[in-house]
Amino acid sequence: MGLLNLFSKPSPTLRFLPSGSMTLDRNGAVLASTISSACPPQIVQEIGTLVLRLFNEARKSQMPLSEVTLRFASLQITARELRGGAFIFLTPKHSFTPSTET
Amino acid sequence: MEMRHKVLIVDDDPAVLELYRELLAELPSQPEIFVAASGARALSLLKAEPFRLLLCDLKMPKMDGLQVLSIVRRQFPELRTVVMTAVQDDEFRSRAYGLGVDLYWLKPDTHQNMQMFLQCIESLMGKDNDGGGFRGIHSKGLIDLIQMECLSQSSTVLRVTRGSLMGRIWINGGELFDAEIEGARGESAFRRILEWKSGTFENLPAEPSRERRITKPVNALLLEMAQAMDETSSIEPGDPGEGEAVHRKTVWRLAAIARAGADFVVSLPPDTQATAEGWGTDVAQEMGGWLRQALDVSQQITQILQAGPLLDLEGTGLDHRVLALPQEQNHYLVGWPAGDKAARLSEKSKQLVASWDS
Repeated sequence: MGLLNLFSKPSPTLRFLPSGSMTLDRNGAVLASTISSACPPQIVQEIGTLVLRLFNEARKSQMPLSEVTLRFASLQITARELRGGAFIFLTPKHSFTPSTET
Repeated sequence: MEMRHKVLIVDDDPAVLELYRELLAELPSQPEIFVAASGARALSLLKAEPFRLLLCDLKMPKMDGLQVLSIVRRQFPELRTVVMTAVQDDEFRSRAYGLGVDLYWLKPDTHQNMQMFLQCIESLMGKDNDGGGFRGIHSKGLIDLIQMECLSQSSTVLRVTRGSLMGRIWINGGELFDAEIEGARGESAFRRILEWKSGTFENLPAEPSRERRITKPVNALLLEMAQAMDETSSIEPGDPGEGEAVHRKTVWRLAAIARAGADFVVSLPPDTQATAEGWGTDVAQEMGGWLRQALDVSQQITQILQAGPLLDLEGTGLDHRVLALPQEQNHYLVGWPAGDKAARLSEKSKQLVASWDS
């Protein structure tokens, strides 16, 4: 009965926003991650490196930070500094996600 | 001869492209229809000539619709964009609106839906408004629009959007009741919205129960605004009163920081060559440098993930909690004491900088 499937073209898929957490060491290497494998590892790495840059640059600018939260229109990234590395949470937002501002 | 608008349709399915080309060619405004089978092809067409409207599918190979829209929003901010898709997922709808699309439309499946879709497309194309003005009532400024609503004794909520900024103005029975933008409310919010030279607006259902925060008559407020704009434009560089005005503004800003309970404010112009200005801090340049880096990092993240524009960035340090607010005219970094409670920090910062440049 799957004969008709032969004629259906594979349709491209849209990438969901990554959701989960990851831990990076001081060199930016990903030590552990709960982010779905649907999100390519190089993207996870890239996001981690960028977030780590935020902490490093803040230190250089005489305002060391222990926690950073980036709120995008569709995603929230919360990162906690961890002895030069970082613990990062990625939380996609939906229309029904309650606002964090109360 | 009247100029025909150009519409670009992007979809990887040739049958869909052909169908929509035929349908849109029948619109009363008879636009010129162009098609592209990929995001890359669409971007090269957009660079080659000015388009009025872009209709984009979401699911496409190599470069998906969200990636196309993300690039388009940055490179062609004036272009109106419509997502036309079969994806009924709430996350993608939110992300598309987060990228500033004008309309997210599920591919029409009935004749009635198709008619509504075509009407929306026709109204989105509108007329020319090259000299600024607000989409929806072209060649009219926002002041004209508010006067018209008040003169006709209307009750409505005007939602005014400019890029990622959004403001609302409440009008009940022809009276101006309230305004709200980025945390500011009442008269100060109304003044800020009126400073916008262009944008889009939409009429929302009236809210008669809205608490009245603006008590001045609308004409008096509009007159004050017009006078303020005239005075600002008539100040010559080197005017003898200019130095005193700058001094008074600095005092007023420091007082505003103290009143709000904040530690400092750093303002950073979007121009990468411009330097930061700070109040209440000695290391404004360093903080401005970090703010620029942080905004650059955010832009890279949003490009990688198509997560929409950065709304704000909050940092917690030993001495301070900081809140970075990317805005159209100036970016801000507001510092708060480390012990300040977490709730409403973003709103408090927005309120503080709301009247900063007015």
